[in-house]
Amino acid sequence: MTLFERSAKELQADIKAGNLTIADLTKEAYERVAKLDGDVQAFLASNEEKATAQAAEMDKVPFEERGPLFGLPIGVKDNIVTEGLETTCASKILEGFMPIYDATVVKKLREAGMITIGKLNMDEFAMGSSNENSYYKTTKNPWNLNHVPGGSSGASAAAVAAGEVPFSLGSDTGGSIRQPAAYCGVVGMKPTYGRVSRFGLVAFASSLDQIGPITRNVEDNALLLEAIAGLDANDSTSANVEVPNYAAALTGDVKGLRIAVPKEFLGEGVGEAARQSVLDALEVLKGLGATVEEVSLPHSKYALAAYYILSSSEASSNLSRFDGIRYGFRAENVNNLMDLYKETRAQGFGDEVKRRIMLGTYSLSAGTYDAYYKKAQQARTLIKADYDKVFEDFDVIIGPTSPTPAFKIGENVDDPMTMYANDILTIPMNLAGVPAISIPCGMENGLPLGLQIIGKYFDEATIYRVAHAFEQATEFHKQVPQIWEGK
Amino acid sequence: MAKLTKEEVKHVANLARLAITEEEAEKFAEQLGKITDFAEQLNELDTTNVEPTTHVLPLVNVMREDVATKGLDREVMMLNVKEQEDGQVKVPAIM
Repeated sequence: MTLFERSAKELQADIKAGNLTIADLTKEAYERVAKLDGDVQAFLASNEEKATAQAAEMDKVPFEERGPLFGLPIGVKDNIVTEGLETTCASKILEGFMPIYDATVVKKLREAGMITIGKLNMDEFAMGSSNENSYYKTTKNPWNLNHVPGGSSGASAAAVAAGEVPFSLGSDTGGSIRQPAAYCGVVGMKPTYGRVSRFGLVAFASSLDQIGPITRNVEDNALLLEAIAGLDANDSTSANVEVPNYAAALTGDVKGLRIAVPKEFLGEGVGEAARQSVLDALEVLKGLGATVEEVSLPHSKYALAAYYILSSSEASSNLSRFDGIRYGFRAENVNNLMDLYKETRAQGFGDEVKRRIMLGTYSLSAGTYDAYYKKAQQARTLIKADYDKVFEDFDVIIGPTSPTPAFKIGENVDDPMTMYANDILTIPMNLAGVPAISIPCGMENGLPLGLQIIGKYFDEATIYRVAHAFEQATEFHKQVPQIWEGK
Repeated sequence: MAKLTKEEVKHVANLARLAITEEEAEKFAEQLGKITDFAEQLNELDTTNVEPTTHVLPLVNVMREDVATKGLDREVMMLNVKEQEDGQVKVPAIM
């Protein structure tokens, strides 16, 4: 077993009682990584030297000056910049890139006293749902090393599931926090668009991207979101909306809560086990006093097409900054500047990234703009309106996070359409901008299944309340992969 | 909308500043064709008088006081530059 079986609250109590030090926790993280990461392959850069020194200093800080996350270890997805710690977005084009400032969320982690253990693998530039698109390594699912951890924040979920770190940060553009959280049996929250500053998050699709927390339980997740959320002068799309005390929302009370279940989320393509786990979860919540009604989100089927046009268009613009001039990989033996751009990008980007850059460039081109880009933005309006309408009468929407548990490594990778279909339950929420969480709700063939709870704009508090009530009424969050005990 | 041709893919790759081989252009034409075929389903939607959504939040023109603040030091900004001379970024010949 590991110390990281314990919640933040329990760890703080142990530290206060003198049973544990912050230095012990940092050491535990690196020992777990040394023991397990040869199998899991979650970490890219390690921050061991600085983290160890930082932990020793922090043990000297008086208890009354410490917050609930003080001294606790965290892993950070590799598309979030960390000053002086290599940040690659799992791409060759950023090999060796040393950020010269911290992302706002990293600054906030430091203010909360958290210790960054290292950087976590991902699909290159967050494009993918399996972590197989990383230039550096393929992260494995701790529940079964032959399966993917999901993506793109696959390693952020896998590192928490393996007990290498109790906390991590991921990013979610079309499901990239929730789907890996479901696949790895952990808790992953995509906050409302604008809730968390994107300053220092390497942009994929700026109107959809959002950073969020991944943890082993709901309370820890709530504490971490509270620490990273809020208005930021460096991100003009961060919202000027007060950040509530999320942990205070965890009352366990869901009496009278109105739950909507979209028929589109339990229809064709959703596996029987995933379907049943959601129906069972609804029974649990009904037993706690919630009411459940079926609704329709009729434009859900158009979300995937709209998403691929919009996210690729935004990506084609955002990724134009990678040209080999100011940072990262630079092609050699070129004749002129134009060749330098073209060769650097051809050699530096993987195929999935190139595909999306070209799709985006095509969608934005004269002659196709109206048919693709504008049409997709109009579809987005209709998808958003579906959610606005349901939320007039309901407090949360519930469905599965993914139609199946984690697939095998190599199983889907040759067919882009199959990989894309994997995202269908998670994409509409990014287009609408609403917050959504995935929590463990069942198992199929030894692999976890996730329950998705979607809330109103800026109402993460209600999502946490429902997730916590379900968690306290069930045992799913207590399950750990066998890898915890060593091989 | 017709399928993407190999020539169109090469044109798009040039716009996106990506060097591309004949074989790659063929492969990407097929793959991108599948995706644009899939995107055609958006044509089923009646979007007459539907405003496009660029952004979900009702944010317009976030302003700040026009006060100059110090940026990053040049030395720091040059840390990741592969080729440089006298504090300036070096690139190959433009022509």
